[in-house]
Amino acid sequence: MKEIILIILAVITLGSAIFVSFSRNMIYSAFTLLLTFSGVAGLFSLLGADFIAGVQLLIYVGGIMILIIFAVMLTQNISEGKKNNLYRYPLTGLILSLGFLSIWIDILWSIPWETINQPYTPMSYRLGDSFLTENLFPFEMISVLLLVGLIGAVSIVRIAQSKEQVDVSRGTDTMEVN
Amino acid sequence: MIFSLPTFLTIGAILFALGFYNVLVRKNTISILMGIEMILNGAAINFAAFAFFTKAVGGGVMVLFIITLAALETAVALAIILSIFWINKTTFIDQASSMHD
Repeated sequence: MKEIILIILAVITLGSAIFVSFSRNMIYSAFTLLLTFSGVAGLFSLLGADFIAGVQLLIYVGGIMILIIFAVMLTQNISEGKKNNLYRYPLTGLILSLGFLSIWIDILWSIPWETINQPYTPMSYRLGDSFLTENLFPFEMISVLLLVGLIGAVSIVRIAQSKEQVDVSRGTDTMEVN
Repeated sequence: MIFSLPTFLTIGAILFALGFYNVLVRKNTISILMGIEMILNGAAINFAAFAFFTKAVGGGVMVLFIITLAALETAVALAIILSIFWINKTTFIDQASSMHD
């Protein structure tokens, strides 16, 4: 039963990742990446990381992808048509990434892994425990880093907006309203 | 055995390779950002697989750090991309070449 669910989730994740990589429409890529991240959340929950699956859905699907879709909608021209996610030199990219992938898969399947076959136990108890005892300092540092990043992101936008010659309009939009 | 460690590592490796292809080949800066997110998710799958198959909880800790830092980095990167878009009126990366000879 676990194998069937694993195969279905892997097909969903990798199929949508392939669609994201080879699509020529920006909106299609952005919305299919949502499906990829949901598949990854399913794979996390198969691996006993239930809290991490919830966090992935909240932050990646509900935060990062919404940001990216907003950015896509703010920076595309409606009148430009549907092919706005072009790529160049696809053959070189394919050769490089498939070369790396073949090396990694060859190495992975030829190492005798020593795994502990444990029954399915959720990891949230041990995670919370380690965040408060062993990994306390990285936990606090992540909070400081989040604060710094928030201030940085807002300040970049404010610097760009306060210059006189920057026009916060929607690009070269030539849509006519009848 | 399908439900074993190398299967999950392969899934992570294929996600990484597809994200890598996206970063190399795309002209739109937001597509490159989506490729970086796929790379980070591939690495996160690897960490979570190791946390399950060897009883190390550090893998789960790393996955939470990866998710947090990816959110932060996306916010900063989108701020930069929007600023460049307001100046250049386009998001294609080969037209942000005002410092070029």
